[in-house]
Amino acid sequence: MTKKVKVSGLRKSFGKLEVLRGIDLEIDEGEVVCLIGPSGSGKSTFLRCLNRLEESTGGTIEVDGFEISDKKQNINKVRENIGMVFQQFNLFTNKTAKANLMFAPVQLKKMKRAQAEKRAMQLLIRVGLEDKANSYPHQLSGGQQQRVAIARALAMNPDIMLFDEPTSALDPEMVGEVLQVMKELAMDGMTMVVVTHEMGFARDVADRVLFMSDGLLVEQGTPDEIFSAPKEQRTKDFLSSVLKV
Amino acid sequence: MIETFNEAHSLLLQGIQVTVKAALLSIVIGIFVGLVSCLITVARIPVLKWLAAAYVWVVRGTPMLVQALFIYFGCPDVIRTVLPSFTVTPFIAGVITLSLNAGAYLSEIFRSGIQAVNTGQIEASRSLGLSAFTTMRKVVLPQAFKITVPSLVNQFIITVKDTSILTVIGLKEIVNMARQHVSIKYDYFETFIWVGAFYLVVISALMVLSKFVEKKLNYDKKG
Ligand SMILES: Nc1ncnc2c1ncn2[C@@H]1O[C@H](COP(=O)(O)OP(=O)(O)OP(=O)(O)O)[C@@H](O)[C@H]1O
Ligand SMILES: [Mg+2]
Repeated sequence: MTKKVKVSGLRKSFGKLEVLRGIDLEIDEGEVVCLIGPSGSGKSTFLRCLNRLEESTGGTIEVDGFEISDKKQNINKVRENIGMVFQQFNLFTNKTAKANLMFAPVQLKKMKRAQAEKRAMQLLIRVGLEDKANSYPHQLSGGQQQRVAIARALAMNPDIMLFDEPTSALDPEMVGEVLQVMKELAMDGMTMVVVTHEMGFARDVADRVLFMSDGLLVEQGTPDEIFSAPKEQRTKDFLSSVLKV
Repeated sequence: MIETFNEAHSLLLQGIQVTVKAALLSIVIGIFVGLVSCLITVARIPVLKWLAAAYVWVVRGTPMLVQALFIYFGCPDVIRTVLPSFTVTPFIAGVITLSLNAGAYLSEIFRSGIQAVNTGQIEASRSLGLSAFTTMRKVVLPQAFKITVPSLVNQFIITVKDTSILTVIGLKEIVNMARQHVSIKYDYFETFIWVGAFYLVVISALMVLSKFVEKKLNYDKKG
């Protein structure tokens, strides 16, 4: 199996505050990894280091064979292969759904306009929003916006997808539709790193669940191992606090 | 009223031409200067960012009247110590003053517009592999422009009105021409009603244009 992600000794500080305190992790091609943990434990920071939206302060990160932590690396080239989905969707508000999908491929000269448009429509069909192609973000529900955001990331044909709490900003009735799209993506063999509070999704879809606390990977294993028989006290405490509600 | 118009209109029309030319030119140059100053500030380019900050500080911190006198009378004096034959027309000095003035305020307007575009969209663009430059040009600036249209037009209106200050350096704009006229005819009341009417027409046109542009640009917003 080729390794899609190789992280070793990753550290990240904001000023005096050390948020990531030495993370080692390898992720296989096609693997779906869910990252869980209490608020403020560094999950988002970790994810954002993987495409250098945050600059790491120590250790090495390799994604897709590219050394992300190397300052000389052309990060824009590497990012073309790393899709990211944000909690707040972050769609381009002045562009239609279709234009959101076409933007990066056309700007980066990956495709001609006509080809990008065709691809955009295919992706909108895939996320069930072909009838919303010409809608602006404000005309879409949160769930629809997030599905467009996923499609926008897919438009660059990434090898790996990063999700940062993709359903946390959604009304409960819209969570399902977004998780469904992600589930299909996982079944298609996409390598995925998902920060989530959706324990049901993690249990169903993840190949591996990571538990992060205070900037460290405290425990990891199959969903069964983590949810049914956690070994660490901190994992147990966290799970009992989230599963109760 | 009509009598005054008949007597004064050729002078006033000359003044109007100068006013409109000076204002238009200064707005165009001001936009360019403001954009450069703003981008330097936003991109935090070393050294240049201090220059940009000093520029905005000086312009905002001094009256335009003083700036105009300084640029028309003060600077040429100094330049003449090296280049004895140097001269500058009131029009050129006036346009420089107005452009620098508009540029400083536009720089601040652009900056606030850029900062109003949420960082989420910038991160989304960067995460797709777009460079900081392309992200600025294709994602941030179009939206910042939209946000700033009302403030931009407001600044244009101020620039149009500020041309009248340039009377003090002898620019033959409409107020100057009107004063020439009344110094002979003494029909202050009528003449300055005509002058005021001219400003009202021009500025109302700008306001209408602004509303129109805002409507056009707001295709992607609610309401
Ligand atoms: N840009 C920043 N500057 C300073 N501190 C930051 C910054 N970003 C995050 N932090 C801090 O780093 C810590 C980890 O934040 P992070 O967002 O990674 O947590 P998280 O696990 O994603 O939490 P949540 O579940 O609430 O999203 C927090 O204490 C946060 O305040
Ligand atoms: Mg987070």
